[in-house]
Amino acid sequence: MKMAHEIKHHLTDDILMGYAAGTLPEAFNLMVAAHLSLCDTCRAQAESFDAVGGEVLNESMSNSAAMTSDSLAATMALIADGAMNSEAAVEQTADPVLPKPLRNYVGGSLDDVNWRGVGMGVKQAILPTSSGASARLLFIPAGAAMPDHGHRGVEMTMVLKGAFQDEDGYFARGDVEIADSDLHHTPVADIHEDCICLAVTDAPLTFEGLLPKIVQRFARI
Amino acid sequence: MLKEPKFIFDPLLRGRRRPFMLTGVDTTETQTTPPPGVVLARAERPKGMKNSDGKRMLWVSHMTRIRDHQDQAAFAELFDHFAPRVKGFLIKSGANNSLAEECAQEVMATCWHKAHMFDPARASVATWIFTIARNRKIDVLRKERRPEPEELTWGPEEEPDQADVMAIQQESEILGRAIAELPEAQRELIQKAYFGDFTHSEIADQTGLPLGTIKSRIRLALERLRHAMK
Ligand SMILES: [Zn+2]
Repeated sequence: MKMAHEIKHHLTDDILMGYAAGTLPEAFNLMVAAHLSLCDTCRAQAESFDAVGGEVLNESMSNSAAMTSDSLAATMALIADGAMNSEAAVEQTADPVLPKPLRNYVGGSLDDVNWRGVGMGVKQAILPTSSGASARLLFIPAGAAMPDHGHRGVEMTMVLKGAFQDEDGYFARGDVEIADSDLHHTPVADIHEDCICLAVTDAPLTFEGLLPKIVQRFARI
Repeated sequence: MLKEPKFIFDPLLRGRRRPFMLTGVDTTETQTTPPPGVVLARAERPKGMKNSDGKRMLWVSHMTRIRDHQDQAAFAELFDHFAPRVKGFLIKSGANNSLAEECAQEVMATCWHKAHMFDPARASVATWIFTIARNRKIDVLRKERRPEPEELTWGPEEEPDQADVMAIQQESEILGRAIAELPEAQRELIQKAYFGDFTHSEIADQTGLPLGTIKSRIRLALERLRHAMK
């Protein structure tokens, strides 16, 4: 996949390590998988964190647990039964906006996204992930920013189409803005064209928290 | 060339040549057969390479034998080493003994069935098994699916270059040693981060250490590992 835009805003070590360790909520894993689909730098990092996991496993003699005496025979019987849960290959058409992990969650391409208007031309589609964190696609028409009220929890926003700008810089396809509760943006955001983003957050979905801050900033909600 | 200086921790970047997807749909039905006489464990050790690659090259050779000859003796050795570790990992992740036993067997069976997807120029056998166990943990214990990145297309499948295999296996040996040589407090945190299904905040709660301390210790540990991998 050719990158027109060089990604400048990457995932953090914390997040990549959590992805490798398997400790992130599903919505965060989706963000990581979507970003790695667009970013070779973070993909290599993620593989390195897998390698750390491999070494921790390999050296984990003290944490190992004895298998039952007939376990090898039982495993050979499992093997004789054939491969488990090999998922059927679903032919997917490429989509210029949604990388494959996101296509899996919308069940097709961008045309299949079940958008719901939330006012001011902003649309969102909540993706089906486990509780603990939520993921959604956002469609934000060109708009202006408004003061930010600060974040609760961790919120990550990745641009899939279009771009936005704030005091942290310019965010285009593949760039991830990571905001946690410590961070208070003074918004200088601006969008030059309609923007599609993936946003994930582990903040509880209270009424005001229903829309990610990024929408509130853009849409004057 | 990597532009950001903080990204120097790439044991797997060198020698990286094709996708290595664990849970992706397997579209490669045709298995590649290595040229006759290729013995991964012993052949052409490059000059300067240490003899002690742990057992990494042995495990690689076992995987080839499982893939090409359904070699049960090789599988049994792999099983003896890795199954108890996988089971321990699953127990630390919250599985009870019988569930962990069952899952560890499934993980090892997956190693057999997916042996043709293991790429020794991309990862050690331990890393590959770790990722299978981790995915099984998410599937069975958390009952979630784990989104995987889009596969890269890297051209036709072919037998990996031996020098690439050696390089990757040796780098994982260096990484293993670097982890073992971390200061106790840092090593413990790295272990906890992988073994136990805890976020950094949960580790902070458990240990009573401030979250900032946890994060900075992990950051220091990663700096050491990156330094070791230079
Ligand atoms: Zn990145």
